[in-house]
Amino acid sequence: MGGVMLDRRHVVRELLQDREDAVVVTGLGSPTYDVAAVSPSERNYYLWGAMGGAAMMGFGLALAKPDLHVIVVTGDGEALMGMGALATIGAVKPANLAILVLDNEHYGETGMQQSHLGLGVDLCAVALACGLTQACRVTTEAELQSAARNFHQTGAPKFVQVKVDPEAPPRVMPTRDAVENKITFRRALGIS
Amino acid sequence: MNVIDWQQAVYDVIKSSGISLVGYVPDAGHATLINCARDDKEIHDVVMTTEEEGIPLCAGAWLGGMRSILLMQSSGVGNCVNMLSLQRTARFPMVIIVTMRGEYAEFNPWQIPMGSTTQAVLELCNFKVERVDDETSAAETVQAAIDFAYNSNVGVAVLLSQKMLGRKKWVE
Repeated sequence: MGGVMLDRRHVVRELLQDREDAVVVTGLGSPTYDVAAVSPSERNYYLWGAMGGAAMMGFGLALAKPDLHVIVVTGDGEALMGMGALATIGAVKPANLAILVLDNEHYGETGMQQSHLGLGVDLCAVALACGLTQACRVTTEAELQSAARNFHQTGAPKFVQVKVDPEAPPRVMPTRDAVENKITFRRALGIS
Repeated sequence: MNVIDWQQAVYDVIKSSGISLVGYVPDAGHATLINCARDDKEIHDVVMTTEEEGIPLCAGAWLGGMRSILLMQSSGVGNCVNMLSLQRTARFPMVIIVTMRGEYAEFNPWQIPMGSTTQAVLELCNFKVERVDDETSAAETVQAAIDFAYNSNVGVAVLLSQKMLGRKKWVE
């Protein structure tokens, strides 16, 4: 590929800095730490488990709150475990859902074993084939800036796979109390 | 009461309880409920590739204040096991209606392992389980499950017995 690989925290910052009142669901592991580090909010739901469930959780939220922009931030390993979700979501095409996959081609939480995305599997092509017609792959700063301009526009589901540096930044750990997170999140949306 | 009647009664309960989302993996035993949901413009019907997708689907919906229900076959319960940690850890209200296989006049032995462990698996995962053997109690039991789940933030499963659902016709 050549060039400097994108830093994952920089990517998350660029894509979430204009989030306004958008809600965010994070996939377990580094994406949870990344969002906690650069875009903390009561409108974040941080997964520390349920691997493979982040996109579906965002999808359920998108159906429940059609007027809100729902953003899923997850990793390549987590997305691969729930790959069928791309078919389920593609069949409905929720206009207010965006999925960001931070693809470091490794399973960072378990010792940096190589993932399928470093072994020739093309997840962006899978998303496209599942009907997420705006799916794109980002490898450069220019492509990141282009993706950021479209990321918050609703009308069709977004899928952005960003190749990031496998270097892991310091962990920033949000709450692991899933009940507390649920109550805080719902309260922030005005749901009792 | 024939199959259509009690399934229609169950659907009426789903509607009157404020359920707006029905997630399912296609299943013959749930065919009437699935068709009702698909035909209902007030309901989001979501066909899933595997039952485990339904657990975060319902959790996400509840984060946004929406009530939901899942329909699956006993074999699908096994697909959900790790994902059920989401319900337990966050105390999400959740209702699953399960059509049973592998327990009465079963033709296919491959259905027996999961069918014989469905209830135990759900209970090990902290779900409350109600079993329906009599079609006249199906709607009331589903109503109780919805009330229980959404009043007390628990997971509740309703198992519809294979004997009640009737024998699957394998050869016409």
